[in-house]
Amino acid sequence: MKKLLLILLLFSLNTSNVYSLEADVFIQSTVNRAAETLSGSFTKEQRVEKLKEIAKETVDIKGIGLYSLGTHRKGLSKNQLTSYINVFEEYFLKSFSSRLAEYSNPEIEVSSKKKLNENYTIVSSTLVATDSRPEVKIDWRVYTKNPENLLIRDLIIEGLSLARTQKEEFSSIINSNDGSIEALLKNLSDFSSK
Amino acid sequence: MSMYKKFVLTLISFLLISFNAIAASDGKLILSENEKPKKIKDCFEKLNRATFSFNQGLDKTVIKPIAKGYRKLPDPIQKGTSNAVKNLSTLITIPNNVLQGDVKTAVINTGRLIVNTTIGILGIVDVANKMGFPKYVREDYGQTLGAWGVGPGCYVVLPVLGPSTVRDTAGSFVNVLGGDPWYNASTHGNNEFLSEGLYLTSKALSGIEFRANNIDSIDNLQKNSLDFYASVKSLYLQDRENKIDNQTRGNIEVIYKNEEDWEEIDSQ
Repeated sequence: MKKLLLILLLFSLNTSNVYSLEADVFIQSTVNRAAETLSGSFTKEQRVEKLKEIAKETVDIKGIGLYSLGTHRKGLSKNQLTSYINVFEEYFLKSFSSRLAEYSNPEIEVSSKKKLNENYTIVSSTLVATDSRPEVKIDWRVYTKNPENLLIRDLIIEGLSLARTQKEEFSSIINSNDGSIEALLKNLSDFSSK
Repeated sequence: MSMYKKFVLTLISFLLISFNAIAASDGKLILSENEKPKKIKDCFEKLNRATFSFNQGLDKTVIKPIAKGYRKLPDPIQKGTSNAVKNLSTLITIPNNVLQGDVKTAVINTGRLIVNTTIGILGIVDVANKMGFPKYVREDYGQTLGAWGVGPGCYVVLPVLGPSTVRDTAGSFVNVLGGDPWYNASTHGNNEFLSEGLYLTSKALSGIEFRANNIDSIDNLQKNSLDFYASVKSLYLQDRENKIDNQTRGNIEVIYKNEEDWEEIDSQ
């Protein structure tokens, strides 16, 4: 009887924690979906389309776009911001899927998670080593503001944040064009139509 | 040799001058630990970009083809080379462990050096690793200066050697000014087995080894960058920050550092 109570108690402790548990489950399932796509027998085009679909559902593309603008975000008109978000989404999906499409059969193991605050949980994982490359540590910044709709906002590979790299890259383009965002917009759409 | 020394001295004095100039323009040299890390300035951006293109050309025509060839060598040879250059690097890591006040790690690394140089046949086999020594982390004089609170100064791209900062470049010069026992022994050692050529070969091998291990990721980055120069700069500086703070890769502290940038993003 005592045992049963204890089990029940443990179980209830576990379920009350379901919210924070979800971020790592979310990442593992997203990764598994991507891995299935990458190892499945699809043409390259099909593969890229499927990866884009997964990204649209699981990545906060708009949020990453806004973050990547940094302080330049503040000087923009509504129209500029809207057109930026549109070209950014296209750019992001293209560069994301082309980066990923190179990995065939990636095996990622989610190891732990840490809640930073109400809005963010970091999920840690490892890309398992193969003959041609060593093991890679990947951390995922998950946006948890809406618990019903968790979204990925950053990938931190071996301590290097992709979002921060992109933000600094965009800032460099804007600054070398006298602070105008037009050059960045052109660069982004040129990349997408490449 | 005296020409070389003169060259080195000129470079150092140039660096010290620019270092001072930067210090003056910032009002102070030291960036204390509790301050939010300031954005590292790209004071020489035009020159840096030119050097960067030069390096890219050199990479395309010389370094990358060699790195590709290196990757075709049998695995044991690659592993042995990688271990041997890593073993030589402990000679720089140990004094830096001490300078950063980490005597315990200095002792462990000394043990590692002795074991690997003797039983591991000049470092070719990483015996210490198999014996269960703690994971080896490289330290250099640039990191020590950083740990002491010296700010990075401007970002610089060095010919051939690639991304650096004024502080890290100054740190590298300590190696040839007596801070690297391997340099001292091979260049001034009066030893029939060692020579300056051997020293330079070991440095070149360590560069080729790095390039060979990163062929795919660098290609991928270049293909997907709008501004490759800016991407490389960002990644280099992030990596140095982590190393100076002695953060293990993927440590949560690294991620948490720039939290306020994320707080205001509301996309929903």
